[in-house]
Amino acid sequence: MSDQSQTTGTIAPKAASRPGASGAAGRSRGTLGLAGKDFRLLLLVVALTMLAPFILNPFPQTSGLAQFNAGYPDLMQRFVIYGIFAIGFNILFGLTGYLSFGHAAFLGVGSYAAVWMFKLVGMNVLPAILLSVLCAGLFALLIGYITLRRSGIYFSILTLAFAQMCFALAYSVLTPLTGGETGLQLALDDPRILGTSQTASGNIPVPSLFGLEMRESVDLFVGGWAFTFNAGYYFCAIVLLLSFYTAIRIFRSPFGMMLRAIKSNQQRMRYTGLNPKPYALAAFVISGMYAGLAGGLMASMDPLAGAERMFWTASGEVVLMTILGGAGTLIGPVLGAGLIKYMENILSKINSDILHGWFAFMPDGLEDFVITVIYPFIGKGWHLTLGLMFMAVVIFLPGGLVEAGQRISRAVRGKKGHDTTDSKSEHAE
Amino acid sequence: MDAIILQILNGLDKGSAYALIALGLTLIFGTLGVVNFAHGALFMIGAFCAVLLSRILSMSYTTIDETRTDFLGNPMQVNVPYAYDFFGEAAGQTIIEWAVPLAILFAIPIMILIGVAMERGLIKHFYKRPHADQILVTFGLAIVLQEIIKYYFGANPIPTPAPPAFTGSFDFGALLGFDANQILYPYWRLVYFIFAAIIIGAVFAFLQFTTFGMVVRAGMADRETVGLLGINIDKRFTIMFGLAAAVAGLAGVMYGPIYSPNYHMGMDFLVLSFVVVVVGGMGSLPGAVAAGFLLGILESFASMREVINIIPGINQIIIYLVAIIILLARPRGLMGRKGVMED
Repeated sequence: MSDQSQTTGTIAPKAASRPGASGAAGRSRGTLGLAGKDFRLLLLVVALTMLAPFILNPFPQTSGLAQFNAGYPDLMQRFVIYGIFAIGFNILFGLTGYLSFGHAAFLGVGSYAAVWMFKLVGMNVLPAILLSVLCAGLFALLIGYITLRRSGIYFSILTLAFAQMCFALAYSVLTPLTGGETGLQLALDDPRILGTSQTASGNIPVPSLFGLEMRESVDLFVGGWAFTFNAGYYFCAIVLLLSFYTAIRIFRSPFGMMLRAIKSNQQRMRYTGLNPKPYALAAFVISGMYAGLAGGLMASMDPLAGAERMFWTASGEVVLMTILGGAGTLIGPVLGAGLIKYMENILSKINSDILHGWFAFMPDGLEDFVITVIYPFIGKGWHLTLGLMFMAVVIFLPGGLVEAGQRISRAVRGKKGHDTTDSKSEHAE
Repeated sequence: MDAIILQILNGLDKGSAYALIALGLTLIFGTLGVVNFAHGALFMIGAFCAVLLSRILSMSYTTIDETRTDFLGNPMQVNVPYAYDFFGEAAGQTIIEWAVPLAILFAIPIMILIGVAMERGLIKHFYKRPHADQILVTFGLAIVLQEIIKYYFGANPIPTPAPPAFTGSFDFGALLGFDANQILYPYWRLVYFIFAAIIIGAVFAFLQFTTFGMVVRAGMADRETVGLLGINIDKRFTIMFGLAAAVAGLAGVMYGPIYSPNYHMGMDFLVLSFVVVVVGGMGSLPGAVAAGFLLGILESFASMREVINIIPGINQIIIYLVAIIILLARPRGLMGRKGVMED
């Protein structure tokens, strides 16, 4: 009951803040309601995502560097999906400062919801994703309502405890709902009331968007290069752009201001007559919905869901992504997600044979020495590199990669450049 | 009745591990005000100290035994541990078998060294930064430490057996007047519990009855005033960090025979130990110990078949459930002091 009243209480200020945002800032806002630099940032992300098959495949297939190509559909989808997850996490952590160590629970709930939609209703991805977002949002409302009664370290541990609890339940008792250890999978005899249980050839149908199958790809061969354009990737990319646009609007709205106020000083916020709780809860729910969206997309690309998506290491991963890229910045989480997924999939594949190939030009003794030194950091040891990078970022660069980029560009331009990148102003605050 | 006693006993060894880790976490939090996510990694490093020592002790060279032949008829090659040469065959064998208890002596200096290095090298710089930053940097450190261990020891669990003298089970039921073989309890778990009790007692005695401990307690209560009295409290707190690391390390050393050490065991225990600390009350040493044993025993009760039949899955979630209830109903924890991190 009280949840219900809380809902209306939290959604209302957000809804109210939106028209206020465009109204107040109407004079300075340009295209799509974005200020110039935000619009340029959005255009940059549009260009990056749309041209990703080219950008991520810089090396010809025959060259020795082809293993650094990340432009295959599976990985590109992961870049984008984790990007959405990190953007959502950043709305909570970057703006309000609440460090959630249990965000993967919402990702898991989203995945399960989407797979159930595929099982019961049909293979169209849109309703599945809508249900994912809805379920994750409701779930986040419940958990946020409880956990946000505490802050700081207690909040972190409470969210961690809830997520671990969800993981344990999904793994054991809720097996009829979650598939337990094997995970939730599609079967030939699922009802799929709005679609077919099986295709004409007797296979399980694949997720599609009104008939456009998510796994469909077009290959383009140019010289030694092969570029793959995958329907699923472009669908995810468009969802990412919408999420990114929404995130920019949230960051620039009065509601976003309120969230920053929670981070900087809750006491003062209360003294001015504002109750921080509904704002924090709204941020928590929004960020849970982003996670649910990511989970739904993940299930849409590969229609199965497992409990391990909710394990606390998965929650830790999104924390790493956000901090590494730059918490509180717009583009940072997306960069962080891309970097970590790139390392996980590309750097981890480098073994000692490949290294010997690279350093073959050196004298033997030196070659062995160099390989001994760098081998622990790549291949299977990529987590070590990740941990060291993460520590370095927390210690020296609280603004993450975005701050690193700004420092470099400032050094290059000799400090006189104006605020051109968006997040510089973030740090000034 | 016997089932209840058995569950209490089963809860004791896990509870001991929780209590020891939580004690170290609380020592660090109470003295330095730092939330140490790398504490589980210290527990894990302790367990690998035992692995390392047992490997060092059983290092061997190969000789050819002329009196025996292998299945091809060639003279058999025999691996002879160096320990046999140094101490004689019987004593050498005993030393190898007793590697885990011996590792206590080996681990204490290592753990203190690691603890002090961690505090001076890294954590010192994070006192003034928000708790979120402390969590993040120690989380990163935990990843780095466990990856280093994984690099050197591999990803698989490494069995570390207890000395043969402790391999059997102790018939606890007979002692209490039940039928024989009703309540069996492995000796090593009993040893672990007694060991944990001694360590906990020693830490409390150290804090309660020595001048050093008195100063540390004073520093926990009011760091600034102690500093104004001309006492170098930072140095003492650094030593306390080393001590907390040693406690976690020893908990890990002795846990090896119960749970084969692997590189991610620290994180598994850390999550639960944090819950323990929160339930016991942040900054309260008796609270951490009490909550550790309480949750260990609760967990083992929840995994009784009778309980699972009533509430399925309760064994998986009981600890988190208790933590959530405690945090919401009594945020300062069971024995927490008023006003310490109470928000």
